[in-house]
Amino acid sequence: MASQLSILSNLSNEYMTMTYKGVDLKILELSKAFGDKKILQQLDLELAPGEFVAIVGRSGCGKSTLLRLIAGLETPTSGGVLIDGEPLGKLNQSARMMFQDERLLLWKRVLENVGLGQRGDWGPQALWALEQVGLADRAHDWIASLSGGQRQRVALARALVSQPRLLLLDEPLGALDALTRIEMQRLIEDIWQKQQFTTLLITHDVEEAVTLADRVVLLEAGGVELDLPVPLPRPRQRGDAMFAALVERILERVLNSKNVSRKQTANQQYIYSNN
Amino acid sequence: MNKILNKKQINLLAPWIVPILLILIWQVLAQIGWISTRVLPAPIAVLKAGIHLASTGELYKHIYISTVRAMWGFIIGGLVGFGLGLLNGIFRWSELLLDTSIQMLRNIPHLAMIPLVILWFGIGDTGRVFLVAIGVLFPIYINTYLGIRTVDRGLLEMGKIYGLSFWELFWQILLPGALPSILVGVRFALGIMWLTLIVAETIAANSGIGYLAMNAREFMQTDVVVFAILLYALLGKLADAIARLLETKLLQWHPSYQF
Ligand SMILES: Nc1ncnc2c1ncn2[C@@H]1O[C@H](COP(=O)(O)OP(=O)(O)O)[C@@H](O)[C@H]1O
Ligand SMILES: [Mg+2]
Repeated sequence: MASQLSILSNLSNEYMTMTYKGVDLKILELSKAFGDKKILQQLDLELAPGEFVAIVGRSGCGKSTLLRLIAGLETPTSGGVLIDGEPLGKLNQSARMMFQDERLLLWKRVLENVGLGQRGDWGPQALWALEQVGLADRAHDWIASLSGGQRQRVALARALVSQPRLLLLDEPLGALDALTRIEMQRLIEDIWQKQQFTTLLITHDVEEAVTLADRVVLLEAGGVELDLPVPLPRPRQRGDAMFAALVERILERVLNSKNVSRKQTANQQYIYSNN
Repeated sequence: MNKILNKKQINLLAPWIVPILLILIWQVLAQIGWISTRVLPAPIAVLKAGIHLASTGELYKHIYISTVRAMWGFIIGGLVGFGLGLLNGIFRWSELLLDTSIQMLRNIPHLAMIPLVILWFGIGDTGRVFLVAIGVLFPIYINTYLGIRTVDRGLLEMGKIYGLSFWELFWQILLPGALPSILVGVRFALGIMWLTLIVAETIAANSGIGYLAMNAREFMQTDVVVFAILLYALLGKLADAIARLLETKLLQWHPSYQF
């Protein structure tokens, strides 16, 4: 039954990708420094429309900064971001962002939170988004009466309501308990397959990255250290041998490369080529 | 089992047991002559004085005058404090320019200004309203400023991502986020409002509840004095109840006002 459903959704995936709903995202030689602290250096990364890419990397390596640059909340020191071939303006209109703290307005009810910033008659659209995350029946409740997982689902609905073409997720599930997290992963995958937005997910959980992403990118010393496709069929099984091997491989790379900075490797290559 | 009172009724009645008991003891002590009526008249005597004042219409006149003074002082001081709090909470340049000065002025006890205020305005209403306004200004200012300052910056950033304009950010995020703190300021300010008025009216006035008390003192009408004091307490309690009502109405969303 489940596999039949996944075949169906895969079929609709293929159909949907032809309509190019997600943005084509290109990050070109992007550098960002705060004062003289260089965070990102000459970073290149491309996401095809509708692609789901997960970014892993040690804390403080600049993952959030990268996402904020793509959202247009920070301006790059050099280099830039192309959305469907167009240079990114001040604020990325096609993008919606989700954070670890759900950033809901406690003084608005669930439905009003979901409709935040929407113009015109947004009610039905907001209700649709709440249905997507399975919380339509809580539309008129206060945020304070929801559990952590439910709040994160409201935040997801809020991100979905404008039918974004790029979804930026900054460790959105980091604060949830293990069971709720798996539920949310399924929900995100499900909605992504239906809506086909391009997705960039930051996570510190390598298993989560392998469960959800088409590609897993390891960020290290300001650049892309590893860019690994995940060729497993969806929905992915955690018990699967291939799955475990992939997780193992990425984890090892994260741990091994942690003391090697990119500059050093670059220097070594330089010396090597001089020889 | 046959319960006469349910739990809710007990919760409602319990706070009144001690005050009622105290008044009863007071009445008894006054009646058997343990307390001289010149020091403290019996509760019944105080009640009679109140009824007498009410029957001549004098009572309402004084209450009305005091309330009007309190309201004007509160409105003027509150608006100025609120406005300055918003300005300094939102704009860095304004905070840089004004906050230190306001903090310095705040350290002057406003009641210490009474002689100066009398020199400036005479003993008319303007001086009293001015004093109340000054007293009310600072708690409202501080709490508005802090309230705005402590609104989660992440929420503002989120608002920007969702395309809110400056005024939308203000009405939908900053102001409601600061509201719990602002209402704390309002409650403080209401207390200060009455306190200031009592002092201002007893020192220099020809009407109002404070005047009623001072006038009665000259004629040794202890019962009227006590009645005036109780009246202040009652009006203070009323103001507090209004502030509470405001909180429960405006902060329905707040976790501490739910369930
Ligand atoms: N606005 C800022 N000003 C100065 N330094 C910053 C700023 N934002 C982030 N940083 C620094 O940039 C580095 C990367 O931060 P971040 O992108 O949040 O890392 P990550 O999300 O990978 O944990 C950190 O060392 C952080 O202190
Ligand atoms: Mg981060």
